[in-house]
Amino acid sequence: MSIWTYANPQKFMGFTGKILPFLVVLTAVTMVVGLGWGFFLTPEDARQGATVKIIFIHVPAALMAINAWLMMLVASLIWLIRRHPVSALCAKAAAPVGAILTLVALLTGAIWGKPMWGTYWVWDPRLTSFLILFLFYLGYMALWSALEDRETASDLTSITCLVGSVFAILSRYAVKFWDQGLHQGTSVPVATGGRTISDVFFYPLILSMLGFALLFVSLVLIRARTAIRAERLAAILRREGGQNA
Amino acid sequence: MRALLLRDIKLAMRAGGGFGLALAFFLVLVVLVPFGLGSEPAQLASVAPGILWIGALLACLLSLDRLFQLDYEDGALDHLALAPIPLAGVVLAKATAHWLTTALPLIIVAPFLGALLNLPAEGYFWLVVSLIVGSPSLSVIGAFGAALCVGLKRGSLLLSLLVLPLYVPTLIFGMEIVRRGISGQETSAPLALLTAISLGCLAILPFAAAQALRANLR
Repeated sequence: MSIWTYANPQKFMGFTGKILPFLVVLTAVTMVVGLGWGFFLTPEDARQGATVKIIFIHVPAALMAINAWLMMLVASLIWLIRRHPVSALCAKAAAPVGAILTLVALLTGAIWGKPMWGTYWVWDPRLTSFLILFLFYLGYMALWSALEDRETASDLTSITCLVGSVFAILSRYAVKFWDQGLHQGTSVPVATGGRTISDVFFYPLILSMLGFALLFVSLVLIRARTAIRAERLAAILRREGGQNA
Repeated sequence: MRALLLRDIKLAMRAGGGFGLALAFFLVLVVLVPFGLGSEPAQLASVAPGILWIGALLACLLSLDRLFQLDYEDGALDHLALAPIPLAGVVLAKATAHWLTTALPLIIVAPFLGALLNLPAEGYFWLVVSLIVGSPSLSVIGAFGAALCVGLKRGSLLLSLLVLPLYVPTLIFGMEIVRRGISGQETSAPLALLTAISLGCLAILPFAAAQALRANLR
């Protein structure tokens, strides 16, 4: 019994069908508690006032926007190496979710930036590379929707995802070279363990991050299940059409 | 590969005026700039390197969708895929032909158009250097994009959406070289990085493009 068992669409559908209800409930609870705690039960920041609370949406959305692309990269690699259609469909399912999360991060950042930095937008490295990431999502989704044949589309989008990843990282560092920027560093550095955020904000933030991660997983599973069902339907229609003709 | 390269160059020079088109586009773009931004010399001088770089980028993009399209439609690409040379070699030959027929003329006329835009005197040398070093990556990235979109009916819009974000690092370092050159700073760091990008693209992307072509030909 290995993870590859679930590459079988039948097994995948059975397993995800069973865990999905729990996952959805868990997502709802974590998000409601995390965001509710963050919005209503934390004090206002001494300097930022109530605008600090946008962190509970901005940071988790940005985090998952990048992780969504990484997940698509892994799924694309699995498709290219082992050719499991479920993997390609999962990558396809993740793209719009990732794109929306990128947009949410950009928009909440702009809303926060106006009172704090005095501008909605600056060409700061982080902001710019996020906008470029959004463009990559758009291109990836456009390629999926432009191609009819699923195998070809999976192949081409997977290659695009691989090359896009390299260039996304490249752009990140190129943009850093180009401008030093305004965006503050991370509040929760994983590598060093130290953090520049007080406990009052830290725990609801962690909960919100978890909530967004669960939300992402749930949405991707739901979308992947829909895509598999659509495939089956198409296969049935093809068969029926063949018999009639 | 040499035969293929020569054939592609000949086709580009003779067929349908694709050869001069990119140059004309570049010229028109540069002519439009003063109308949009005003004709004060100082202002033009400050945007000149950027306009020339972006113009070169867009002019390169213009001729990309023809790179594989004609060969795909008349079936020549299927034969090339079965030919004894690797498909990545075919891609490289076609990208080289694209570079020679599109990017090289652009590099040659860029200084003259720079004069139109009042480019500062120190900028000419660095503009040409940065374009020579950076443009191979434009052609190879473009060939990759063209390979992805070859099977599509109206692929050229999608092609620009896919290819232009990939041009970002090249553009950043290319511009950085010209900017530093004009202000008299050290240019070796962005020059080295731009060279690295070009060489890296040349080394890796033909294989990715070949995979994309195979997927499209299946």
